[in-house]
Amino acid sequence: MATADPIISVRGLRTQFGTQVIHDNLDLDVRAGEVLGVVGGSGTGKSVLLRTIIGLNPKRAGTISVFGEDTGRLSEEELRRLQSRWGVLFQAGALFSSLTVAENIQVPFREHADLPPALMGELTGLKIELAGLPADAGGKFPSELSGGMRKRAGLARALALDPEILFLDEPTAGLDPIGASAFDQLIRSLQQSLGLTVFMVTHDLDSLATICDRIAVVVDKRIKVGTMAELLQDDHPWIREYFHGPRGRAARHSDD
Amino acid sequence: MAAGWFETTRAGEDVILRAGGSWTLPASRSLDSALRQLSVAGARQVLFDLAEVEAVDTAGAWLIKRTRLDLAAAGIDAVVRGAKQRQQALLERIDQVGALPPLAPHPSFSLIDLVAGVGEGTFHALGQARDLLNFFGAVLIAIARVALWPRRIRFTSFVNNIQLHGLNAMPIVGVLLFLVGIVVAYQGVGQLSRFGAQIYTVDLVGISVLREMGVLISSIVIAGRSGSAFTAQIGTMQVNEEIDAIRTMGLDPLEVLVLPRILALMVALPLLTFFANIMAILGGAFMATLTIDVTFAQFLSLLNQAVTLTHFWVGMVKAPVFALIIAMVGCFEGMRVRGSAESVGRLTTQAVVEALFLVIVVDAFFSILFSFLGI
Repeated sequence: MATADPIISVRGLRTQFGTQVIHDNLDLDVRAGEVLGVVGGSGTGKSVLLRTIIGLNPKRAGTISVFGEDTGRLSEEELRRLQSRWGVLFQAGALFSSLTVAENIQVPFREHADLPPALMGELTGLKIELAGLPADAGGKFPSELSGGMRKRAGLARALALDPEILFLDEPTAGLDPIGASAFDQLIRSLQQSLGLTVFMVTHDLDSLATICDRIAVVVDKRIKVGTMAELLQDDHPWIREYFHGPRGRAARHSDD
Repeated sequence: MAAGWFETTRAGEDVILRAGGSWTLPASRSLDSALRQLSVAGARQVLFDLAEVEAVDTAGAWLIKRTRLDLAAAGIDAVVRGAKQRQQALLERIDQVGALPPLAPHPSFSLIDLVAGVGEGTFHALGQARDLLNFFGAVLIAIARVALWPRRIRFTSFVNNIQLHGLNAMPIVGVLLFLVGIVVAYQGVGQLSRFGAQIYTVDLVGISVLREMGVLISSIVIAGRSGSAFTAQIGTMQVNEEIDAIRTMGLDPLEVLVLPRILALMVALPLLTFFANIMAILGGAFMATLTIDVTFAQFLSLLNQAVTLTHFWVGMVKAPVFALIIAMVGCFEGMRVRGSAESVGRLTTQAVVEALFLVIVVDAFFSILFSFLGI
């Protein structure tokens, strides 16, 4: 599935808040069509990395290329075009609270696509269905939805424009184990049928074991990437602790 | 990549729909209308030949699926062939989607809705008034409880609130009231000099500021500055479940959060009003010395003759009442926040509007009361 050219390529990235350095000289390649899980201890900057790649956080040094284009060198116009090729699901869904779910999904349609109203309605219903929401969810407001449904609605909105890359920030955090594993399967099946590349920040070892092709571990302000099998052999103390701890073992065994 | 296109050819009872280009979102508008006009009358089967399609996304796959559904409804078979392996997965996924339910229609507007809206709004306002009254009662009970056990007063919070909402408001209130004094004096000189009575500007400034302007304008500033802050602070705590945390610790949010704010404002606003009165009179004096022929000392002695202590107290007595209204409405709306951050914003606005409304209504009541009492 993977092609030679990485779809996202980060080189020498440095981010810092004030004097606190989060990432230093960080390199990362994401291959087209893979599910990459990003893990790391709390405060190591997983979400910061995601936010930096999608341009919400300034970087101090380094380059970030997405689809082969250096995001730092693009004009506003080009950046907007690039942004319509990726979708982002924020931790709590980040739905616009004054709009219904259907209207939330239609925001990207209205901004980036020129659609007749009937077709827009159909596509909205389609995204709601694809995200595994009940059909009547479209008319509801975010405050009327449960946490899991809010994430699905956020996913439906992220998928509105058929992005090539999907960024997920802790998609299964706050879901019960059944809901979390259903969400994992949903992401996997969407990834396969829509041909997505998924960049997923997660704490969930089960997600890592079941749906991630490769895992990127943020340690010591850098990143180590590998498959689960490779990282199990790694002798970095944090990585050993993470994958060989009781929770890590349990997740691996449930996968067998 | 070429935009999506298709053409149809007939072969006996079969229609072959040859598709090509990229069937993606940008092309969907033209494909949508063309597919809706597809005429296959008399055909038995329609063959979708996707061999030349370069790319498909969900929009394109949906258009194919919808056309097939429409054909099936007309009793015509539809077969899809030639899709590339990559596209096949998507087509199959979309194929699993059943007929989509219609989205909830946009609400239409009618005269009945208008009348119903007025009724609903009236009941809402009455319910709101009842809730506010309930809250007032709960606050009074809390005050009584604290009065019985004075050790339960949150002294630190109380003092902190006096600083935030009294001391820190002094610059803005001072500047504003100084300017108000100038404006009143200017208007007074302009009008009264037509009767040669410009010297009564001193009376005008003194009486209007002490009785009304000082306390009213301070209250307006404080409603905007502190009432809104109370709602936002307590509302944010409500969203963060901090209020629930306070309750589970066996504490009363009224005692912990509401009382210190209300009591602090009831202390701060009278003090601010006193300060505001001084500043407004200074502003009036400043303008008077510039426009009419009085010195500052003369202004003060004229003022001394013009105003009595009654005028001063008429204004001052209103200050704690207004403070109670502003702080209570602010805290009340904060406690009513539910769910999302959006409601914090909405209720903050509502708190300021309600507080100003009530302040002016009560001010009018005071005027009526004082006129009956002949003060």
